[in-house]
Amino acid sequence: MELRERFAAGDLEAFEVLFRQHQKEVYAWIVRIVRDTGIAEDLTVETFWRIYKHRAQFKPDGNFRAWARRIGTNAALDHLRHARKETPLPENLPCAPTPDGAVSRETRGLINRAFHELPAKYRLVATLALVEEESYAGIAEAAGISESLVKVRVFRAVRMLRKKLNSLRGEVFAK
Amino acid sequence: MSNQEINIELKKLLKQAVPPVQDAELRRDLWPQMLRKLEEQPLPIHNVSWFDWALASLAAAALLFFPGIIPALFYHL
Repeated sequence: MELRERFAAGDLEAFEVLFRQHQKEVYAWIVRIVRDTGIAEDLTVETFWRIYKHRAQFKPDGNFRAWARRIGTNAALDHLRHARKETPLPENLPCAPTPDGAVSRETRGLINRAFHELPAKYRLVATLALVEEESYAGIAEAAGISESLVKVRVFRAVRMLRKKLNSLRGEVFAK
Repeated sequence: MSNQEINIELKKLLKQAVPPVQDAELRRDLWPQMLRKLEEQPLPIHNVSWFDWALASLAAAALLFFPGIIPALFYHL
């Protein structure tokens, strides 16, 4: 019996093989959404737990990678929904350096705060589309929504950010 | 400044305030953690479909309400 068929039938060894094949990729996707290494590890395990729990729904000829990514995205979204709104960016996460003097510390703080106050579904698409520069098609597939809905949510996220920033510091983006 | 220009500027600022993740590599094997979770939270039975459960319930109900069919069942087994 093929690996995926064995997994769908509940074979734990087959699940372990699939876990080891895909854990890095699932983690890399989740950490870019939640931006915290420890939480991303926990959510990776939660993702595979959901995968094993719903293994009967998996079609052995289907795309395991895409299926795992979608479940991982849902797990990350659930986390964003339940996490505190004003979570500061973790210190331990290696990020791209910001150009010195490009944006003041105060402005960065305000944008960060406004970003973390976005509703979870908008923060998800904003992170992936605007920060991580993922394609709309890739985000749509992972989130299980249409590409046009991704575009709408990105548009609304930008509009919400503007409003939040205006209310936090009117003079920055006031017309 | 037009709305579009403001949005473009905002996107730039966002990327500076919330920089992209550079190192998204997993540093350790999570399988031991996965095993612990599987042991702590045993999974419900999923291999039996709802249809099979419905058939089993019907059979049990038939035996309960019509015990006369039990000898007939044994005869045919």
